Amino acid sequence: MAVVFERPKSLLDVPTHFCPGCGHGIVHRLVCEVLDEMDIEGDTIGVVPVGCSVMSYDYFGCDVIEAPHGRAPAVATGVKRANPDKFVFTYQGDGDLAAIGTAETVHSGTRGENLVIIFINNTTYGMTGGQMAPTTMPGQVTQTTPYGRDPKDAGYPIRVCEMMATLTGVALAQRVAVDSVPHIREAKKAIRKAFENEKAQKGLSIIEVLSTCPTNWGMAPQEAMQFVKEKMSSYYPLGVYKDSAAGEDEQA
Amino acid sequence: MERSLMKGNEALAEAAIRAGCKCFFGYPITPQTELSAYMAKKMQKAGGVFLQAESEIAAINMVLGATSTGVRAMTSSSSPGISLKAEGISYMAGSDLPGVIINVQRGGPGLGSIQPAQSDYYQATHAMGHGDFHIFVFAPSSVQEMVDMITLAFDKADQYRMPAMILADGLLGQMMEPVTFPEPMQNLPDKSDWATSGHKKQRAHHIINSLFLDPEQLEQKVKERFARYAIVEANETRAESYLCDDAEIVVTAYGASARVAKSAVNAARKEGIKAGLFRPITLWPFPKTELQAATKSAKHILDVEMSMGQMVDDVRLATECRIPVSFFGRTGGVIPTPAEVLAELKKLAGGAE
Repeated sequence: MAVVFERPKSLLDVPTHFCPGCGHGIVHRLVCEVLDEMDIEGDTIGVVPVGCSVMSYDYFGCDVIEAPHGRAPAVATGVKRANPDKFVFTYQGDGDLAAIGTAETVHSGTRGENLVIIFINNTTYGMTGGQMAPTTMPGQVTQTTPYGRDPKDAGYPIRVCEMMATLTGVALAQRVAVDSVPHIREAKKAIRKAFENEKAQKGLSIIEVLSTCPTNWGMAPQEAMQFVKEKMSSYYPLGVYKDSAAGEDEQA
Repeated sequence: MERSLMKGNEALAEAAIRAGCKCFFGYPITPQTELSAYMAKKMQKAGGVFLQAESEIAAINMVLGATSTGVRAMTSSSSPGISLKAEGISYMAGSDLPGVIINVQRGGPGLGSIQPAQSDYYQATHAMGHGDFHIFVFAPSSVQEMVDMITLAFDKADQYRMPAMILADGLLGQMMEPVTFPEPMQNLPDKSDWATSGHKKQRAHHIINSLFLDPEQLEQKVKERFARYAIVEANETRAESYLCDDAEIVVTAYGASARVAKSAVNAARKEGIKAGLFRPITLWPFPKTELQAATKSAKHILDVEMSMGQMVDDVRLATECRIPVSFFGRTGGVIPTPAEVLAELKKLAGGAE
């Protein structure tokens, strides 16, 4: 019988700890499909964050470093500067990347580090039980915004791709989602492009993925996908926010 | 060997390059800035990496990333900056990573002063971050010793897979002395059995990690690390004993204050006081056995530091309170004078108040 679909080779064959309906599994697969297609698993070092995806080192088949909270882009910078011929990517959530690690994110971008950042935006701190994240939307209920996020008290969310697109060192800032098959295919293309940029030494590529957290949102998996489609995608529009090699916009 | 006159901070940088340090990540802070500036000038020419990070936190994490791949990497800072690096150092220790950290100490707490101090002893030796762990702490007292200790720090960090710190101070960093450098190291240790440098599909993936959610497993990991620390404590202590054989008063001091103390000991001997100096060179592991041997004939110990008294606790513990231990220190960036230390020695010897 012809094999029409299989697990990517660089995604290890182990049970995952992610909840039913969580988007992490999909994004893990997309990253690994790209590693397989480009045949770079053996030359890739992944840097994983603190948060739900902390244990991704058990799933990615490439060498993996578990970074302190928010520091993945700095750790990745160290790896890449010492090994410019390797592929290096970080895999980070919203609290990790846009709260405690904002400085590391921004400065890896402005330096134009030849890295890939995979940024999972599910509007919440998943592992600690669903607290307000820097991307929690106004009115959204979380454990630490029990009456809904009120920007007067809790401030406004960060639109990460829009912010990163202002940096000269950033080559690609693109927001994708994993709420439908066409969007998943789009996400895969974006991730592939990010790794191609790294190969061509174009600077930092950040792919923001709108993803689900049914457990902390208190939704069934299908409802959660609907939430991404209806609520998140309107606050965080999908699309390419920057697509030019580092420095190109300065020379223009 | 050619001798050159060099500033302590610059000598540290040159020695690191010769010790095979491939990557330097730093952030500007007085009084260690010349080290970064020297690295900026020389590192790339030597085929290495110099990068000014956006923060002390980023700098130590860049070291974490680089050493994870098996290369020698270093960062340097001064007291307030080291506090910021504490998180990264704890993660490095918890991930069994080598790497060298330089602290050119200045006065504290807080922003403190930019003058020399030794008030980060507790931090370096007892609490360099959260969790059960130790790091190597080397305390040079001359520019030449700083040069020699860089190589040692890289070697020992690699050998035992733990971070190593050079605990210097603003005085040593800023002063100029003649130094000779070793030839650049050629054969660096092979770390391919654990480094995350890409598996080339030749082996299973390597993971650098400090997370162990199962408490039994984490306890086991920490215990294994402490078994390694026991070997370090048994084999890697270093100290200098000066005129201690017949000394009735032994001065204990490290780093820059040991230089002051030595002058005071010499002056005391001229006045007929049987004084000696015991200088720990490794602060962790603390040279307990060597101190016990050096204080065999001592009736009194005088601990001298540029702090309110931190190493003095380890001196008391090492001598098990057999001998009375007095303390004299200046802090906040004030350097004690030989005359001040001599006056303390005279008091203890029963001389004029």
